[in-house]
Amino acid sequence: MAETSTAAALRLDDLHKSFGRTDIIRGVTLEVKQGERHAIIGPNGAGKSTIFNLISGRMAPTRGQILLDEKRIDGLSPFEVSRLGLSRSFQITNVFPKLSVFENIRCAVLCAEGQAFSLWRNLNGVRAINERCGHVLESIGLADRRETLAESLSYAEMRALELGLTIAGNAHVILLDEPMAGMSRTEGERALELIRKISAGRTLLLVEHDMAVVFEIADRISVLVYGEIVATGTPAEIRANAAVQEAYLGQAAHHNGARP
Amino acid sequence: MLQLVTFSILNGLLYGMLLFLLASGLTLIFSMMGVLNIAHASFYMLGAYFGFQIAKEIGFWPALLIAPLAVGLIGALIERYGLRRVHAYGHVAELLFTFGLAFIIEELVQMIWGRVPVDYRIPAGLNTTAFTLFNTSYPTFRVFILLIAVAVFGLLMLLVTKTRVGLIVRAALTQPRMVGMLGHDVPRIFMLVFGLGCALAGLAGVIAGPVFVTQPSMAGVFGPILFVVIVVGGLGSLAGALIASLLIGLVQTFAVALNVSIGTVMGAVGISSPPLLLDELWPVTIAQIAPVVPYLLMVLLLIFRPTGLLGRRM
Amino acid sequence: MTAHSLLSAGSLGPARWVNSLVANAGFALAWAAAAMLLVVLPLIFKSDSAIAVMCIIGVSVVFALSYNMLLGQAGLLSFGHAIFFGLGGFCAIHVMNAVAASHAPVPLVLIPLVGGLGGLFFGIVFGSLASKRGGTIFAMISFGLGELVSSAAPILNRFFGGETGITTDRSALYAPFGMNFGPQIQVYYLIAGWCFISSLAMYFVTRTPFGQIMRAVRENPERLEFIGCSTRRVRFVAFILAAFFAGVAGALAAINFEIMTVSNVGGNQSAMVVLMTYIGGIGYFVGPVIGAVLITLMQILLSDITAGWQMYLGILFVVVVMYAPGGIAALFGPEGMAAQAWHSPRQFVLVMPMLLTVVGGMLLIELGYQVGLKSSDGPIRVLFGIAVNSRSPLPWLVGLALVIGSFCGLRFATAPADRMPAVLRELTGVPHG
Repeated sequence: MAETSTAAALRLDDLHKSFGRTDIIRGVTLEVKQGERHAIIGPNGAGKSTIFNLISGRMAPTRGQILLDEKRIDGLSPFEVSRLGLSRSFQITNVFPKLSVFENIRCAVLCAEGQAFSLWRNLNGVRAINERCGHVLESIGLADRRETLAESLSYAEMRALELGLTIAGNAHVILLDEPMAGMSRTEGERALELIRKISAGRTLLLVEHDMAVVFEIADRISVLVYGEIVATGTPAEIRANAAVQEAYLGQAAHHNGARP
Repeated sequence: MLQLVTFSILNGLLYGMLLFLLASGLTLIFSMMGVLNIAHASFYMLGAYFGFQIAKEIGFWPALLIAPLAVGLIGALIERYGLRRVHAYGHVAELLFTFGLAFIIEELVQMIWGRVPVDYRIPAGLNTTAFTLFNTSYPTFRVFILLIAVAVFGLLMLLVTKTRVGLIVRAALTQPRMVGMLGHDVPRIFMLVFGLGCALAGLAGVIAGPVFVTQPSMAGVFGPILFVVIVVGGLGSLAGALIASLLIGLVQTFAVALNVSIGTVMGAVGISSPPLLLDELWPVTIAQIAPVVPYLLMVLLLIFRPTGLLGRRM
Repeated sequence: MTAHSLLSAGSLGPARWVNSLVANAGFALAWAAAAMLLVVLPLIFKSDSAIAVMCIIGVSVVFALSYNMLLGQAGLLSFGHAIFFGLGGFCAIHVMNAVAASHAPVPLVLIPLVGGLGGLFFGIVFGSLASKRGGTIFAMISFGLGELVSSAAPILNRFFGGETGITTDRSALYAPFGMNFGPQIQVYYLIAGWCFISSLAMYFVTRTPFGQIMRAVRENPERLEFIGCSTRRVRFVAFILAAFFAGVAGALAAINFEIMTVSNVGGNQSAMVVLMTYIGGIGYFVGPVIGAVLITLMQILLSDITAGWQMYLGILFVVVVMYAPGGIAALFGPEGMAAQAWHSPRQFVLVMPMLLTVVGGMLLIELGYQVGLKSSDGPIRVLFGIAVNSRSPLPWLVGLALVIGSFCGLRFATAPADRMPAVLRELTGVPHG
């Protein structure tokens, strides 16, 4: 179990989000501890991606607060949130297609180092940046694909690059949106190892459908059903939780059109 | 004064409805296919020239029928063999394709009909006075244009709201991929919609040609105003396009009619002397700055309300 | 694209140092060669008209390169870029007149900087509006801004000079070393020098961290936000940089033609730079240069020979958009048609139908102009020494046959192997399936 301290890295306080008259998130309160690996699970349409969009600044909440290191970040734009140390990955791979793998990572590093608007240095000459990119590439296992265009990568490699973009900056809180989606068993095992490695020393909030992965890696799990958290606890506690079982088994029994 | 207001309203509505004939086609095409047809005003021009030629050979009434159909057919073919191909290269390429198309059409028109305006006359039957108000007569042809525009608008509304095709089009307006998955031949729908949009533009050209001068630069005159209408109305909104068309039509018509100088207007608001460097603007009349007004409107809107009046899809 | 990327497969420390040395040497050599070429060109093409043409090309090159900073680098398609060209040029021309009148010791060589600063100023003013969005919306905003300026210009007579424009006399400025830039050859070297400096500067921008981020904004503006960079700020900076260099080009035009008119901010000027840059190729730094040279030559040389040169330009553009979206530069690049033809020479068999399509098309267009616009010149048109009667159906049929026949032949020859009959397969060397 990862080392935890008392301060919350990320806190969601009575979070609400409506689209028109449809309430997607209906009062979510959640606390992710420093250094913790926290997973959010739930049936389809529960609102897991919406939560990520709210936290990372892609959307603003209708009501409620989001606090990163006890500082409010709700309503901030994505780049401001990223600057404060929170980074997210995407379920549908969202990389820079016609840039090489190396260049992809370099963009993230440049932004993290505050060099994005530097107009007076030769790109290839900035050793510190290029070395850091090299380290990131090695940690995600794409060092030998550095000159390949991102759009030419295999699916698993692209997911690794997606992960790389998320961790290349200085983020200490990482949100991973279904990182295992679409992977085979071997690919998934490698991805899991990678996630374990990169979450060392960082706080991890994970959305995942693969229960085996979730129970393996998470310190605590929250269950999101129809925009509300119905349970939070250790894997063992969640496994035994009656409400959770109802939510999953009940869901399978009468599947009534979850919202997209 | 009342005379000025009344006729400006009439002419403004006329201009606005013509703009809407164009803007509705453009909005439909953009909403469904995500393509901004820069050549849209060029199809308007083609309609005017086809109308002129057919009217010269056969007569105005056959022209009214044949010219829009011809333009629509050309549009459909261009979509099928040109635009569809370019679609795979992305939005920039699509825009550039329609841009190049506008360029070529303008050259083509100059090649065939020359650079000088052609003598597209109001047909004899309609070259009368509809009514006289405040000692000024209002031409029948203008009323005719207004009637046609309103009729087409009504038909369009009927088509879109009451027919099965219209239902599919409306569905594809918001969820094109879903419509494809339901088994409809989306490429063919695209071709039809593009063709319809171009036909509407061509129709506007046929009826507007005799009133507004038919010359190779007419696409260049109408085109930018059209895009202002779209931006102001909000992309993807037919209702917004209607409101914006009428708004801009009225505003510009009123502006052109106002022979009062900027200095007078500023004086009325309380600014008696011009600020530094702008003193040459003081004697300029509102009518003279009328061409700039739509673009000023667009800029203001972009600053304060980028989604346009009624837009939702950005 | 550079030697660096070709050689950096390995990641040994010393090898990387050697790589960058080689890359830098290659880069220095290429630019030195370009400088040499600029110096030597007027010695090869000595006539007055040639030098005048080269001056115009120099202006267009800077303009097109500035445009590609927006389109090729940042992915922003602008239809109103000429406003910075024109506004920069007008600023320059007013300063020139003021300097000449007051006898201030400001040499002509500094005037392009004035144009650049003028472009920069207006770039900041308009850029704050335009950089809010990208994509199609940006294209429309840029179009609207272009029309705003070009419709307001005829009213603001003091700055834009109304119908006649603003004129100047470049030789009236302070002339150190006796160089008053009256003779065209002196103007050529001024333009060539500024063209070289501007191109080098713009190239450097692409090689900086900001250049990398610009390309990221082109590729995925949304993801860029999530890795910690404001997309809007990036677009804004790219916009004002492009406006600066467009202003420089405008000033060079003011110096060259000694006049600026309202048309310099107009839609046609904006359209030309789009055509030049895209036809040349937006994916390579040298693309816009190729486009500028080609289109300027077309404009100057073809417009004397045929009334339809703009038609040809338009068709060329649409053909590039449809069949060669990387432009001319890409055709000769690593994956272009030229490289492909090099590897399988039998592809040369495609050249013939292409040529025939072009000839047939030209015939039809020339006939069209003879019958239409130029009908007052009579029905006979002399093409390549052959007198063709536009009123008889024969040349029309020949033209149509050439175009349709060769086009079909091209489609046939490039169709997938399983659709071709065996005979044609033999002819083009495509292996049996």
